[in-house]
Amino acid sequence: MKDFATLFTRIDESTKTTVKTAALADYFRTADPSDKLWTIALFTGRRPKRTITATRLREWAAEVAGLPDWLFEESYSIVGDLAETIALVLPPAEHDDDQSLTYWINTIKTLSTLDEEDRKAGILKAWNSLPTTQRFLFTKLLTGGFRIGVSAKLITRALAQATGQPEPELTHKLMGNWTPDTATWETLIEADDPTADLSRPYPFYLAYQLDSLDDLGPPADWNAERKWDGIRGQLIIRGGEHHLWSRGEDLMTDRFPELSTLKDYLPDGTVIDGEILAFSDEKPLSFNALQKRIGRKTVPKKLLTEAPVILMAYDLLEHQGQDIRQAPLAERRNTLASLINQTPDETPIRLSEAVAFATWEDLAQARDQSRDIGAEGLMLKRLDSPYLSGRKRGDWWKWKIDPLTIDAVMIYAQAGHGRRANLFTDYTFAVRQGNDLVPFTKAYSGLTDAEFREITAWVRKNTLQRFGPVRQVPPTHVFEIAFEGIQASPRHKSGVALRFPRMSRWRKDKPVDEANTLDDLKEMLATYG
Amino acid sequence: MADVLTFTDRGIYCPAGDFHIDPWQPVDRALITHGHSDHARLGMGRYLATTGTAPVMRHRLGEITLDTISYGEETQIGDAKVSFHPAGHVPGSAQIRVEVKGEVWVVSGDYKTVADGLSEPFEPVKCHAFITECTFGLPIFKWTPQDILTEQINNWWATNAAAGRTSILGAYALGKAQRLLATVNPDIGPILTHGAIENTNEVLRNQGITLPQTTYATADITAKTHPGALVLATPSALGTTWTRRFGPASTAFASGWMALRGVRRRRAADRGFIVSDHADWDGLNDAIKATGATKIFATHGYTSVFQRWLTEQGYDAHVVSTDYHGESLDNSEESEA
Repeated sequence: MKDFATLFTRIDESTKTTVKTAALADYFRTADPSDKLWTIALFTGRRPKRTITATRLREWAAEVAGLPDWLFEESYSIVGDLAETIALVLPPAEHDDDQSLTYWINTIKTLSTLDEEDRKAGILKAWNSLPTTQRFLFTKLLTGGFRIGVSAKLITRALAQATGQPEPELTHKLMGNWTPDTATWETLIEADDPTADLSRPYPFYLAYQLDSLDDLGPPADWNAERKWDGIRGQLIIRGGEHHLWSRGEDLMTDRFPELSTLKDYLPDGTVIDGEILAFSDEKPLSFNALQKRIGRKTVPKKLLTEAPVILMAYDLLEHQGQDIRQAPLAERRNTLASLINQTPDETPIRLSEAVAFATWEDLAQARDQSRDIGAEGLMLKRLDSPYLSGRKRGDWWKWKIDPLTIDAVMIYAQAGHGRRANLFTDYTFAVRQGNDLVPFTKAYSGLTDAEFREITAWVRKNTLQRFGPVRQVPPTHVFEIAFEGIQASPRHKSGVALRFPRMSRWRKDKPVDEANTLDDLKEMLATYG
Repeated sequence: MADVLTFTDRGIYCPAGDFHIDPWQPVDRALITHGHSDHARLGMGRYLATTGTAPVMRHRLGEITLDTISYGEETQIGDAKVSFHPAGHVPGSAQIRVEVKGEVWVVSGDYKTVADGLSEPFEPVKCHAFITECTFGLPIFKWTPQDILTEQINNWWATNAAAGRTSILGAYALGKAQRLLATVNPDIGPILTHGAIENTNEVLRNQGITLPQTTYATADITAKTHPGALVLATPSALGTTWTRRFGPASTAFASGWMALRGVRRRRAADRGFIVSDHADWDGLNDAIKATGATKIFATHGYTSVFQRWLTEQGYDAHVVSTDYHGESLDNSEESEA
């Protein structure tokens, strides 16, 4: 695994994508094919099955390191990564036998067939034969989640450099539900038919937030539609089967069983990009309703009637088995509309209607209605645009509505994890109620590093009380909290729950007694909840 | 028996001798462990420090009333017997031993237990009570051995030089920078320094400490005039326009915090070298054990965790609140390690 550790170190040490890409390309040119395939799999979120619980790993690591469990936990909370904590606290390895990445992954797979005592022996042996970086990577494989700052884009770019194949083709080849057990380097990368796998999705096309309307040119060149607040998904109907993919490449087919009827009404060889929405009486339900369906592998009947979903269709990527992504948007949407028109009304699919507008002022007005109809804003797409892959500027823009905001008082602070381990970055905020402060949300993001440093220094000097890792601070600082939605929530003391809360501004100009009140918050709930 | 030392809002105080150690508020008489700005501050009536610390204090604090003392030399202040002993933190740094009626307390200041090739090596001092820092008081902190560190830094520099890149290394002006100077192989290329570091170099050279030749990086010094150079810069100069003149460069940061991947990545430097002038986990534990003290006060760092750990090891351990920073990554002013 030495060459994999070297690859990791080269990637991890650098902040420059050119360096990371070069490191990956070197690796793809020289490594063993099986190791290469595993590397692609790991960096695209395909990891071996978990065979050991995190709890056991902690216990064993603490035991080997001679630490009490609480001290291991304290260390973990500072490091923010279990595998890294384990790699750091263990005594230095006594052996160093260089085995391949595939060897260690196979070792992990075999662990599942052993009883607990033998599993423990296997893992302790591995820890004792791997130098720190390899030990970290091995443990990372055990704990799952292999996010190390390598995007799928970087992988495809490096593969393109190493193999000479075009990037978009490689991106497409890497999509779908292959694993190193079902594919080989040869079948996945070298072979040239990306459609061999019927379930394989196309890469999603994503938009940036619009900077300014001024550069867009004549309104007539553009299609506007609502930006719906659901789950972006890609529906694939091929070979009499249907598959539903999320943007994060999760297969969601079984979570939304009502969409299975679509394959009866849409022809084979159809791929649609759209938004899964909880939907009733021709209106989207709140994201809260959809949230109940997320994460459920099977859906009870009650939930199916309470929060039925539809596919709000945005775009057509494949028609009659042909990849039509290069055709102009206007043409793709016309075909999409005619396909949807042929389905009965009760079929859970709708066309995301175009928003009519003659001038940008019209469109701005339409955008202002977003919140009333349950949308997040508008999408602007050039009528002659192809369907590209990844986040690109120019042809597609999202034009989200401004968030809701409230001025709140910081009352607790907690240190962050990982990158933010020695900074206080996680705060609890309160609104005023008479002379009291009622906590109503936490927020972690939105400030600059300099602001986080300033607050960290202040928290250190102004801690009133400690509750474990949480510091109570005097109510001094007011922050503007921005959020996307507000819901009633009996679980919270304040009675509300916010969607995507973050700090939009540090209101150094505002004293605490000018922060918003619980009544203000309740009024927002009444208006927007 | 009354405590030899007490903890006040001005600093650590000795009632028997009526003096403070490393105070952060103005007092009449201050005993100073070392020259870093969170330990040696302006505004004290008179100072006492080691001969090795005095030049840097004069350089930084200007006109002060300062007496010096050698390591191991005993002096009587009021009813207290006082002596200074090497702390291994930076050149001249000391632990301060205070004895009152046979009861011995030691203030560690900042310290490390491994030899850095420059500072007078740490000497354990037997005592009843030990006041220790614990900046890195968690078992995740274990420093890279000096020989491996030397190899890492020299390889990094040599590779950059061969590729036509300048190597810019961020380090604190007093201590860390000179330690790195003593570590690197000056045959690889020219060594350039930021003003704050060069000034400190000069102070240390004047007191007889040998350092490799360095060139103060004035505005006319660039990648063209000094190709393949190693540039030693203060952390706050890293990533500013000051570094632009050095052309294509690899940046690195040298700190104990670099042991953590998350912190390393947040610094957004190309490399992080794990090196600190504070004790690591094993260093702290070994040092405490070697004092033979039963009573331990943890001043700055992961104090509450460290206190609990020490209590479980059978010590009478306490946390005291001070104004020392330890090794900071984030202060934009010239903060020290």
